Amino acid sequence: MANFYTDNPDLKHHLTHPLMEKIVALKERNYTDAEKYDYAPLNYEDAQDSYDKVLEIVGEICGDIIAPNAESVDHDGPSVADGRVTYAPATQENLDACRKAGLMGMAMPRRFGGLNFPITPYIMAADIVSRADTGFENLWGLQDCAETIYEFANEEQKERFITRVCQGETMSMDLTEPDAGSDLQSVMLKATEQPDGTWRLNGVKRFITNGDSDIHLVLARSEAGTKDGRGLSMFIYDKRDGGVNVRRIENKMGIKGSPTCELTYKNAKAELCGNRRMGLIKYVMALMNGARLGIAAQSVGVSELAYREALAYARDRKQFGKAIIEFPAVYEMLSVMKAKLDASRSLLYECARFVDVYKIYDDIAKERTLTPEERKESKHYSRLADALTPLAKGMGSEYCNQNAYDCIQVHGGSGFMKDYACERLYRDARITSIYEGTTQLQVVAAIRHVTTGTYLNLIHDYQATEVRPELQSIKDRLASMTETYAKAVEAVTAVEDQAYADFMARRLVEMAGVTVMSYLLLLDANRNDSFTRSLEVYVNLAEAEVNKHSGFIASFRPEEVATYKVD
Amino acid sequence: MSLNIIVLAKQVPDTRNVGKDAMKEDGTINRAALPAIFNPEDLNALEQALRLKDANPGSTVTLLTMGLPRASEIIREAIYRGADTGIVLTDRVLGGADTLATSYSLAQAVKKFGHYDIILGGRQAIDGDTAQVGPQIAEKLGIPQVTYAEEILDLSDGHVTVKRRLENGVETIKAPLPCVVTVNGSAAPCRPRNAMRVQKFKYAASPSEAAKLSDDRKALLEKRPYLNLQEWSASYVDADPAQIGLPGSPTKVKAIENVVFTAKESRVLDDSDAQIEDLVKELITNHTIG
Repeated sequence: MANFYTDNPDLKHHLTHPLMEKIVALKERNYTDAEKYDYAPLNYEDAQDSYDKVLEIVGEICGDIIAPNAESVDHDGPSVADGRVTYAPATQENLDACRKAGLMGMAMPRRFGGLNFPITPYIMAADIVSRADTGFENLWGLQDCAETIYEFANEEQKERFITRVCQGETMSMDLTEPDAGSDLQSVMLKATEQPDGTWRLNGVKRFITNGDSDIHLVLARSEAGTKDGRGLSMFIYDKRDGGVNVRRIENKMGIKGSPTCELTYKNAKAELCGNRRMGLIKYVMALMNGARLGIAAQSVGVSELAYREALAYARDRKQFGKAIIEFPAVYEMLSVMKAKLDASRSLLYECARFVDVYKIYDDIAKERTLTPEERKESKHYSRLADALTPLAKGMGSEYCNQNAYDCIQVHGGSGFMKDYACERLYRDARITSIYEGTTQLQVVAAIRHVTTGTYLNLIHDYQATEVRPELQSIKDRLASMTETYAKAVEAVTAVEDQAYADFMARRLVEMAGVTVMSYLLLLDANRNDSFTRSLEVYVNLAEAEVNKHSGFIASFRPEEVATYKVD
Repeated sequence: MSLNIIVLAKQVPDTRNVGKDAMKEDGTINRAALPAIFNPEDLNALEQALRLKDANPGSTVTLLTMGLPRASEIIREAIYRGADTGIVLTDRVLGGADTLATSYSLAQAVKKFGHYDIILGGRQAIDGDTAQVGPQIAEKLGIPQVTYAEEILDLSDGHVTVKRRLENGVETIKAPLPCVVTVNGSAAPCRPRNAMRVQKFKYAASPSEAAKLSDDRKALLEKRPYLNLQEWSASYVDADPAQIGLPGSPTKVKAIENVVFTAKESRVLDDSDAQIEDLVKELITNHTIG
């Protein structure tokens, strides 16, 4: 009888952010869909009410079905026989519930049977699902591959495939190969065009999440003889056509309910999605950005559960004659966990809103020419989304790992046993800072926004907001943190040494990250006093981080990089 | 084959999480302290109905409930999960009904409904725990009844095959249609609310709810006829005033006591007839039994 949406008022706070009114009006084309579809919103309040009600369903399924199933899913896991994957029985039950509740294809347009939700409430559902079962979030969340079909496939393909996703068919994105992990330019899977215009795929893919899905997006080499990313195209493989088999599934540390497959393609029939040669350079980049936001949401869900599990245990467990939550060493851990959770969640939804604005403009641009102001705005938000996505994924996943670690620490010896959920959570958390680009690769994606000033400009926008008088002193501290950050950026860029700049990149990105998150919590607290405690705790932490990195950079001589080099 | 399926349901106070303020001083339920919910086993019945509908395209599932006007909340809830429509039988004169008057009133509503193939309902409601209403309706309609149903295995050729959950096992039986089937809590849980249906039907309203709505919302009800839920009165279902409500209810509540059993009150008897006879007499005298 738990509801993971209604028991967490922070979610509604983010759902009702002031920018949402604009996002929803754009997404709903000023509510003109209501004439065509009987489930389309009539106005902004109606749309918010619908998001609320649908998230209540998500919360209920998560609380009553998915979370109680998580332990058995972790234990049973999927199995493979004759090239096909069978999910754990409880995983199947979770999927059935999501299908019957109509929670597949949530962000897809109504003409394909979707709910036409903006990214923000969709990502909120991912956040909730991940708290219930991190591994199940992968299976459910792969529905956002449909976004890539929607953006780049032709109308007939959209009709054919997206409709099926909305009806509950699952998806996978087949990118990684044994010799092409972080470096996707090396993808070898061979695509050969047939006289009838269809293609045949041959080769092997590895580490494919939900690799026995109904509809696959496959990155393959369509241009024989090429070696780099420009020879790769995106294909859609329909399981109904056959030709792809699961050779084995990995035995993993965590997210054990989500099958990670090795696939063999034997003359598998497939069709081109979008244009040839654009597979990696355009489509995978779009796909990855969506997936990274999904992992950011998954990470926040893990942080949420870690905090809740730790809090419940600390209140319950008595030592030295009192509940352990009364000891400073324990309550500090808990408030820091909550602060990291709140900070990463604020960043997640800020990022989701930015993604919403530019993606909706992109979509509107297919219907009519955007006005110059709209184009400018779209570009602005697209840049911000590009800057915040790696931050939200990188920092959110690191925080969820830290929270999962501290969750076990609060449990003490009991946390090391298999008796509590924190042990599973610790294993599940670990992948978030690895897949869809490691934290180190998120730094690579984020660093140009450090050097070109995207983060600093965004921070200046935040600074323009007037805050309640009691928050002013924190705002002043943030201004000086920003200055420290800006000086560190100047100091590093002044050296003009690539190895040194790469060496310092993570420090700079983290400084930007904690500063941005501090501002976001400030704005949250300005709108809702319940965030003030997390703001205060987080700013103490963020300030210390910024000073630590700034101190390191100041006393570090560029030639010292050589000291770190290991052969 | 398309079926006309009626699901009997009741809006009940949530007695599963009872706090100190659940009962008023006079022993009646403090409805304000307990949220009103869809009776759990009626949801199991709804799921069986929806499965019949899935297997027999073109079928309609109609929820029938008797209660206060606010009982249309459970009709919307049922529609969100896949029911087609619903009827609230509501009237001041129906108030205070015991199971006899309730089953009479609902049987009258079923007669008014017209053709139906099967009536499903939960085994019992969590507020009264009598399990009498379903069987009594079957009697009043003169049709067979199947109780403790766990799963409808088949419905074809004018018969329904049902698996029953009994105390010491299961029993599979076949009954001719139409009939009443009351469903056990061990049956499959009801499917969740559907996101699209929630958005489509969230403004569905009964006439008494519509009366309190804004003009915009009233206009919407006019524009979208499927949003209008039905309310039936006692006279609409041709109910005999003597058989409904308080006048139709022979059950009289004498007193309600909060009894807490403690080990201190236990007594050990030997197996002599005299001791047992004394105890039975004592229990009859203090109205514990009989």
